[in-house]
Amino acid sequence: MTRHTLSVLVEDKPGVLARVASLFSRRGFNIESLAVGPTEVPDVSRMTIVVSVEGLPLEQVTKQLNKLINVLKIVELDEATSVQRAIALIKVKSDADTRSSILEIVQLFRAKVVDVALDAVTVEVTGNEDKIDALLRLLEPFGIKELVKSGAVAVGRGGRSISDRALRSA
Amino acid sequence: MSTSPEQITGAQSLIRSLEYANADVVFGIPGGAILPAYDPLMDSTKVRHILVRHEQAAGHAAEGYAAATGRVGVCMATSGPGATNLVTPIADAHMDSVPMVAITGQVPSSAIGTDAFQEADIRGITMPITKHNYLVTNPDDIPRAVAEAFHVAATGRPGPVLVDVSKDALQAMTTFDWPTDVALPGYHPVTKPHNKQIREAARLISEAKRPVLYVGGGVIRANASGELMELASLTGIPVVTTLMARGVFPDSHPQNLGMPGMHGTVSAVGALQKSDLIIAIGARFDDRVTGKLSSFAPGATVVHADIDPAEISKNRTADVPIVGDAAEVMRELVAAVREEQNAGRVGDYAAWWVTIDRWRDTYPLGYDAPADGTLSPQYVIERLGVLNGPDAIYAAGVGQHQMWGAQFISYENPRTWLNSGGLGTMGYAVPAAMGAKVGRPDAAVWAIDGDGCFQMTNQELVTCAINDIPIKVALINNSSLGMVRQWQTLFYNQRYSETDLHSHRIPDFVKLADAYGCHGLRCESPEEVDATIEKAMSMNDAPVVIDFVVHRDAMVWPMVAAGTSNDDIMVAREMAPTWDSEE
Repeated sequence: MTRHTLSVLVEDKPGVLARVASLFSRRGFNIESLAVGPTEVPDVSRMTIVVSVEGLPLEQVTKQLNKLINVLKIVELDEATSVQRAIALIKVKSDADTRSSILEIVQLFRAKVVDVALDAVTVEVTGNEDKIDALLRLLEPFGIKELVKSGAVAVGRGGRSISDRALRSA
Repeated sequence: MSTSPEQITGAQSLIRSLEYANADVVFGIPGGAILPAYDPLMDSTKVRHILVRHEQAAGHAAEGYAAATGRVGVCMATSGPGATNLVTPIADAHMDSVPMVAITGQVPSSAIGTDAFQEADIRGITMPITKHNYLVTNPDDIPRAVAEAFHVAATGRPGPVLVDVSKDALQAMTTFDWPTDVALPGYHPVTKPHNKQIREAARLISEAKRPVLYVGGGVIRANASGELMELASLTGIPVVTTLMARGVFPDSHPQNLGMPGMHGTVSAVGALQKSDLIIAIGARFDDRVTGKLSSFAPGATVVHADIDPAEISKNRTADVPIVGDAAEVMRELVAAVREEQNAGRVGDYAAWWVTIDRWRDTYPLGYDAPADGTLSPQYVIERLGVLNGPDAIYAAGVGQHQMWGAQFISYENPRTWLNSGGLGTMGYAVPAAMGAKVGRPDAAVWAIDGDGCFQMTNQELVTCAINDIPIKVALINNSSLGMVRQWQTLFYNQRYSETDLHSHRIPDFVKLADAYGCHGLRCESPEEVDATIEKAMSMNDAPVVIDFVVHRDAMVWPMVAAGTSNDDIMVAREMAPTWDSEE
């Protein structure tokens, strides 16, 4: 099983998310995470799709994606040459005895406490998959009451932009 | 001088858009949500509407029209059930790359999402089976959506596009502005092949010892039969024409080995299987062609040319992928092969032809006449082809009669063999023949149908009778779901579960034809076949249905059983060909 991160530029048209998402499932690909949002160009959205591939070549799904009329461009972002971030909000059980230990871990990870109650703290952490997983492992013994995690967003390193060429031709 | 733009309704804008898109025929049925569009349609002198009896037939008729003419077929239906009845033909057109535009009415935009009366999310439903689709709720968007729909349907790899228009958009006032060009930033079909790949393909062609041109329906869609003839003549390479490509290369041509695949000829299946080079043009290595994929053509290098990049290396990895329009690809291949030949590199396939000719001579297509003197379905279809000649158009249903239609009629021209290849839609024949006859009124159009298929869509005989569309139906009546019965014979110990249709008794197809305003004829013995067909050919004032009561145990041979290797093709029951008799 290998993980790939695809950046997909799409026209901001109704139904485009459904078209992309259903294509993955229809062609037998499993989406691990998906994040959609606006870009620097009006009417163009960017989807970051993390997909696990087993057996089937990723090339087939990118070719099928390219056939969608509303899809403008697809770039696979390599982990080594891109920055990837997701955000997680973690509600951890805490009381007077455990609170300082939790805060210590939070500080080590440069995470933030965004809410405190008598019986819990809520931690915000931003980072790549590995960092968030590592923090979760350390918080787990205290008891995780609730976890919410965004899809990853990613951008290539360096000065070039994937939207340059795709949108000039638009 | 300034005049304010003319105010018209969205409905008028829709009909005018169809006129601007050169839609001369629309097959459809009105209903609540689409009703506003039917009012200006009544006044259109350019768009002829043909009122069918079931929306599925509107879709297949549009497909038949498109397949026979090469133009975009158009169908129209109302919201909800009208639209969902179009789902089968839309899926069919998607599988077989048929250019088609479907217009559907939708409930008013304020009611969308409320489970309103006759509401169905047809845009959502058809997302996986259309090339693209639209939901239009603003009347100003109608011309652009229609223009884009026709453009997308007809260009690149053709396919169906659905335009769903809400009732309030049809009723509201708007102005008409037909876009002069269609700008779709995410849609740029590549038609011009890559030069380097073409040269590589030409080099392989001159070096190969056992090459085969594997020609698919894409060559018909690309109107590239002339280019194919040139390429085949120049190289002398054997040609196999898939189910979707029958007619694109003349059957009378000595290089044509016929159809490959599950019910292909031994020479076509064998040639692919034993080849060292496959040049696939507009074909997609469908499972019905390859058999068990892992054992398909194990020694072949593959050149795969297709306008759809996603088809290349989807099933079989291509060694030389070529993305481009079939006609352009073959024009450039011809030039590149000529260069090779001028440089003294001419492919030598003499030994290959000796092998192929041995297969051809030893295992020609054939059938046994039933011992009891009853009618052989293959004989009926063979005579139909002979008596009508190569200019007639044949539309088949799905099953045994379809395979026999592909095997025993000699096709000389593209767009004369219409069938449902990818989806395998029973019921395709009668409405598709209707659509073909509307598009090609001067051609004789025959539906070759089975008694199972025919009972799925035969209500359209009414449409044909009323609208002066004199198609002819050769009903191959074996009183069974014949292909399913064949599988039960071969793989289920002759346990005929639910395949007996009793159509020799009920319905009486001659009476049924009569009730539908058609001529009904019946033929039960070989001696009557020619006379009956000739009689039908002479009747042009109404559609004709011939009930050919045929032997029910006839089977389609050769056959590669599903999931097995093409090496295991059977010429007849328990009879496998010998591939290397001289080695």
